[in-house]
Amino acid sequence: MRKLLILVGVLLAAHVVLLFVHPAGAASPAIDPHAVNVGIVFDVGGRGDKSFNDAAYVGGERAEKELGVHVRFIEPGDGSDREAALRIFAAEGMKLVIGVGFIFTDDLVQLAKEYPNTDFAGVDFSVATDSAGNPIPPPPNLAALKFREEEGSFLVGALAAMVGHSKKVGFVGGMNSPLIQKFQAGYTAGVHYVCPDCQVIAQYAGVTPDAFRNPGKGKELALSQYQDGVNVIFHASGSTGLGVFEAARQTNKLAIGVDADQYSEAPGHVLTSMVKGVDAAVFDAIKRVKDGTFKGGIYSYGLAQNGVRYVYDEHNKALIPDSVQARLQQLRADIIAGKIKVPTTP
Amino acid sequence: MMFLAFLSQTIRIAMPYLFASAGGVLSERSGLIGLGLEGYMLSGAFCAALGSYYSHSPWIGLAAGLAGGTVFAALYGLCSVRYKGDQVVVGVAINLLAVGITRFFLRFAFGSSSNSPRVPGFSVAETGSGLLALAHDPMIWMGALAMPVVGWVLYRTPFGLRVRAVGEHPGAALSVGIPVARVRWLAVLLSGAIAGMGGAYLALDQHQFTDQMTAGRGFIALAAIIFGRWDPPRVGLACLLFAAAETFQIRLQGASAVPAQFVEMIPYVLTIVALAGVVGRAVPPAALGKTDE
Repeated sequence: MRKLLILVGVLLAAHVVLLFVHPAGAASPAIDPHAVNVGIVFDVGGRGDKSFNDAAYVGGERAEKELGVHVRFIEPGDGSDREAALRIFAAEGMKLVIGVGFIFTDDLVQLAKEYPNTDFAGVDFSVATDSAGNPIPPPPNLAALKFREEEGSFLVGALAAMVGHSKKVGFVGGMNSPLIQKFQAGYTAGVHYVCPDCQVIAQYAGVTPDAFRNPGKGKELALSQYQDGVNVIFHASGSTGLGVFEAARQTNKLAIGVDADQYSEAPGHVLTSMVKGVDAAVFDAIKRVKDGTFKGGIYSYGLAQNGVRYVYDEHNKALIPDSVQARLQQLRADIIAGKIKVPTTP
Repeated sequence: MMFLAFLSQTIRIAMPYLFASAGGVLSERSGLIGLGLEGYMLSGAFCAALGSYYSHSPWIGLAAGLAGGTVFAALYGLCSVRYKGDQVVVGVAINLLAVGITRFFLRFAFGSSSNSPRVPGFSVAETGSGLLALAHDPMIWMGALAMPVVGWVLYRTPFGLRVRAVGEHPGAALSVGIPVARVRWLAVLLSGAIAGMGGAYLALDQHQFTDQMTAGRGFIALAAIIFGRWDPPRVGLACLLFAAAETFQIRLQGASAVPAQFVEMIPYVLTIVALAGVVGRAVPPAALGKTDE
């Protein structure tokens, strides 16, 4: 018992000591009185997630360089830390506070009401709807940065159907939820637009958030689809999709990445990636604050704003014939012009 | 062909369950709740990826995964055997700790919060039904053997007899000179090692570690232990049954009228059914979870 007490004492002492340790680079002042101050709070996973958070970081960095604003980042742990992180920034007198991820939705609404003089922005903010199904606008100092994932998914669906050489194309979703169904809806519409008699095999890894981090399940879903005659699978499933890439490697078939360019996860087996321009949206919000043109409301980034796009570069050029690329560009123009309406529910 | 593909997929999905529940049975029969299985697996998976990455050998990775599971089991043993902490609380703490520590070292070692780089693994190119590829993966054989070996140890060796005695009535065991604490220590360490191999299977099969990649498999294994009534052959069958249900769900998703949510809850429903005594009584080891001796 005594030993245990001593151990606890030592740990406590170490804890207190560590409180005074400043990691390198964190020495910058909390608030720069001569610049526009911006605070960004990351989603679970934090920096290095090769996706959402990293993209938001890139946007923040770019704003710091090009606009001369002062940007600070916080990586909260799980749960209530998120709200606390937002609150710290707001209380410090930041001009703009950004929450990265739909999970911040409720906290942002609450804080925007408490701090009416601070601007807020939420990436992937999920706008609530009233009983009649009409969207409830966020508070006037809160910008909802949303993406029209279905538009980008439509294009990669058309691509999958055109290069797949199979009447079956695959889709693997993470947690079965309206957000991921949006990807599925656009993808399916894209497949059927260029190949009306093609069949889309759409599967989900589960019905809980665990379904976004279950690569073992992703791999098994993908293997069964590939065995079924599918040659291309689009995944929208977080790190579950890493299992899809592994299956593509093992069976020498193709997969399509999501959110960020995932080429490096399985070089040669990644047909393209449906990229969300989180960096551009974050940069855009900061720029508006800096220019004094920031307004609350719903900002929707689609193909037209380059908010969503598909990757076409030196890595995957060999997999996409020129005629297909030309067709995709035509489809893209048609969607932007409103000639093609992309559904948001399957 | 269809059947063979179904079979090989069921075997692959069952692997982590088999490893984890083989370890779990050993621990539970000694009176220690296997609530930390998820944590042992997660740490095993991370250490396997780490070992395989730095040594370029999946065998070293496997050994590291085994060690990783054992370390967390040692922590569990320290808290519940040495200091007699409440096993449920300790088990939950172990799982949370494993999530945090693996995430911390993931960033520390690989500079990413989502996944490690690609590491060497055992799996070979997938062709046809995939059954042939299974035969080439040594970990499949180990997983198939884990449960029979644990069963043999429990029922055919003096150590197994002691484990069972300690799990049923530690006081009586103590009175005939069985070192209760030492038997439990050994049981929990072995349990961590075997469950760690289950984690290693996950990581080496994926060729990488990803944050929280065990995704609740430790709890499915625990459910299999209860459904199999703490008897290794039955627990093994329970693992296969749960895996078959999952394969079914994968194969039929979208094609069948049964919603995915329904199939996903099968293991848990079966566990409740087993606990309720519908298919014979499920009697846990009498001293399970009790800390007094």
